[in-house]
Amino acid sequence: MAAVIPRRVYYSVYAILLGLVLLTWGLSYLHLSHPLSVSVALTIAIVKALLVVLFFMHVRYSSWLTWVFVGAGVAWMGHILILTMSDYLTRGIVSGW
Amino acid sequence: MESTAVTQHAHYLNVRYGLRSWLLTTDHKRIALLYLVSITFFFFVGGVAATLMRLELMTPQGDLVQSETYNRLFTMHGIIMIFFFLIPSIPAVLGNFLVPLMIGARDLAFPRINLLSWYVFDLGGVFTLVALIAGGVDTGWTFYTPYSTVYSNGYVVLTVVGAFITGFSSILTALNFVVTIHTMRAPGLTWFRLPLFLWSLYATSIIIILGTPVLAISLVLVGVERIFHVGIFDPTLGGDPVLFQHLFWFYSHPAVYIMVLPSMGVVSELITCFARKRPFGYTFIAFSSIAIAVLGFFVWGHHMFVSSQSVYASMVFSFLSMLVAIPSAVKVFNWTATLYKGAIAYDAPLLYALGFIGLFTMGGLTGIFLAALAVDVHVTDTYFVVAHFHYIMVGGTVMAYLGGIHYWWPKISGRLYPEGWAKFAALLVFVGFNLTFFPQYVLGYLGMPRRYHTYPDEFQVLNVMSSAGASILALGYVIPLVYLLWSLRYSPLAGPNPWEATGLEWQTPSPPPTDNFAVTPVVTQPPYAYDTQEEEAPVG
Amino acid sequence: MAEQRTALAQKTALAHQFDDLAQQHEASNLGMWAFLLTEVMFFGGLFVSYTVYRTAYLAGFIAGSQHLNVLLGTLNTAVLLSSSLTMALAVHAAQEGHTRLLSRFLLLTMFLGLVFLGIKGYEYALEYHEGLVPALNFAYTGLHAPQVKLFMIFYFVMTSLHALHMLIGLSLLTVLAILAWRRRFSTTYHTPVEVIGLYWHFVDIVWIFLYPLLYLVG
Repeated sequence: MAAVIPRRVYYSVYAILLGLVLLTWGLSYLHLSHPLSVSVALTIAIVKALLVVLFFMHVRYSSWLTWVFVGAGVAWMGHILILTMSDYLTRGIVSGW
Repeated sequence: MESTAVTQHAHYLNVRYGLRSWLLTTDHKRIALLYLVSITFFFFVGGVAATLMRLELMTPQGDLVQSETYNRLFTMHGIIMIFFFLIPSIPAVLGNFLVPLMIGARDLAFPRINLLSWYVFDLGGVFTLVALIAGGVDTGWTFYTPYSTVYSNGYVVLTVVGAFITGFSSILTALNFVVTIHTMRAPGLTWFRLPLFLWSLYATSIIIILGTPVLAISLVLVGVERIFHVGIFDPTLGGDPVLFQHLFWFYSHPAVYIMVLPSMGVVSELITCFARKRPFGYTFIAFSSIAIAVLGFFVWGHHMFVSSQSVYASMVFSFLSMLVAIPSAVKVFNWTATLYKGAIAYDAPLLYALGFIGLFTMGGLTGIFLAALAVDVHVTDTYFVVAHFHYIMVGGTVMAYLGGIHYWWPKISGRLYPEGWAKFAALLVFVGFNLTFFPQYVLGYLGMPRRYHTYPDEFQVLNVMSSAGASILALGYVIPLVYLLWSLRYSPLAGPNPWEATGLEWQTPSPPPTDNFAVTPVVTQPPYAYDTQEEEAPVG
Repeated sequence: MAEQRTALAQKTALAHQFDDLAQQHEASNLGMWAFLLTEVMFFGGLFVSYTVYRTAYLAGFIAGSQHLNVLLGTLNTAVLLSSSLTMALAVHAAQEGHTRLLSRFLLLTMFLGLVFLGIKGYEYALEYHEGLVPALNFAYTGLHAPQVKLFMIFYFVMTSLHALHMLIGLSLLTVLAILAWRRRFSTTYHTPVEVIGLYWHFVDIVWIFLYPLLYLVG
């Protein structure tokens, strides 16, 4: 059955998550230039999501099959994004095409 | 011969009687039959639309229906046949019935969710039928924006709600199959001892889980834009109508593999049984199902070659589309090799399977024509495309579905079907099908566009051939409906394994008891152990 | 007495199609993960659409984002993360068999969820007062107005879809709370708590991505 994770793990993860929220909010006041600002914000979001997935959703302690499912979700999300953007990013590269 | 004797043992059909015992059942076998009734109903509704279309197309002028009406007919034909017949057919009928039996389980993982999926399916069907009766929708089953969101005069919202709801039915079935196959296999039933039908259903379920939600969100966005008159596909806001096509086809291309993969699984079962041989290259066939499922998600842009999609993206999609043909070809070669030097029995299920192999191959090859960018520019939106997908969907999937229904009929009903009539109907379907759809390849190549109710005079002969073929095809579909129902009362009892086939489903009585197996089977043999079967005295 | 009730609950907890509780637990877990996969792709379609337009209209999206209330958005992010903590603690309590603690954490999670929805509703009211709701009263005529409108469409569609999922989550938590109150859960059977917890965390993760993409553009 599922592993029982000690509560202090949850509290530590929560503290980090709150810290990351404050960090993101604080960074937004710096008005960083465009590619940097979104990269930083998304990176922090990914870290938060990873913490929730691994610890709150117990994936760190789950079977390899669960890892496959989670991996499939990430992969497919990435896939639809990349292949769709490949259309929009390559339109109009050569005039008339 | 006990043609009218009452079956002696208790089984899932006679364990309880009454409407409530059917409408509140959680038995996967009864739910399969509930689905059988629903999808057969929708098949004939979609068939009526097709009949009216083919009648109109007998003459070059638009004299039977107005163009508005014709648009609604082909839209409804597409929506009903795809969402309410082809996608559910094999998984929800044969899959629901057979998955627990084939893995030695008492039921699926989530029986109540299984029942829920049927009700959800019917709810979606009700919305769509209401839209149809109210006047229908004329956008094509593809709902392209901005026509569907702004200009169409039909019942777009009602119809997309119907399709959205039905998508959940699909998803619930897929969830059930994936979880069941992972967690409830009988002792000794390793993945590589699974029947190939289960590999194909597993692959189908992956596609359903990963693809259907994208259709769902694209339909939501169409609905939002139509209701609120503002949306993300609106060019006046800088929106791109082609974005809808990306979201739509991201699902709808894999959807065609949802429709064809289960039928390939059925064919694998039929070929092995009626050639009495192990499948050639079991592992290759199994993995090719997964390959088709995965690769099928990489090719959707081939529906958008002329849409203003970037040429570079189109080239990538074109190349990938050629690749996806490879695993399908692997299956065709392996089936052929399985038949080679087999002890072939030309029973009706095999006739359907052989028809499948020939017609699917033709449809698949024409898919390569369409994958070639330069060719597609000329034949896209013509009858060439229509012929291509009907060869696969009708010549392929529907034939395999009928083959599977016949093959497992004894297990489902406890009765044999009349073999003579079945062979005759199979032949009618094959002849009618080719007469209907082969001329459409020619018509398309000559330039006749699809979705038009009029055409230049020089195309009439081919159109008349096509319509004549359709009438033969229709007859071929009605005849099994009659004799299968007849067989329930008047046919001889089947016994547990009339085909002497391998597979756990044949190790239990026909029809099976509610819990499928008196004792959970233990699997020790490889699958399709036909060569180690001992010769038994012929049955009957 | 409590032990007898728990044993009875456990006996009836095993569904007939499963061989044992462990198989049932594994199946339920996998089933929820498979469902969450569909939710990833459902929201994924929206995220892809958003990305397409943000790449094309960065200035317009920046302009649009500046009309959102970052303070409230940040606060809501903290609220939702807190609700994930309480949900994880609820699962922990269920695993340890602490029924009363389980009930308390479930109620706390629900309360935080309601706070989130309340703040969201308040934000919607603010946006309505500023005339930023497409199809209702969109009145912005400044620079990049059409793309600001496009941005606001994304904002309302994505956050209301998220809110709908929160409402569904709250209903599921209500059912859980009732079942917990009726002592249906124990150390050997608490699968619904875990499985609905997974759903709740997922809804939180959607918001974790919505927050920077909607509130922190530029």
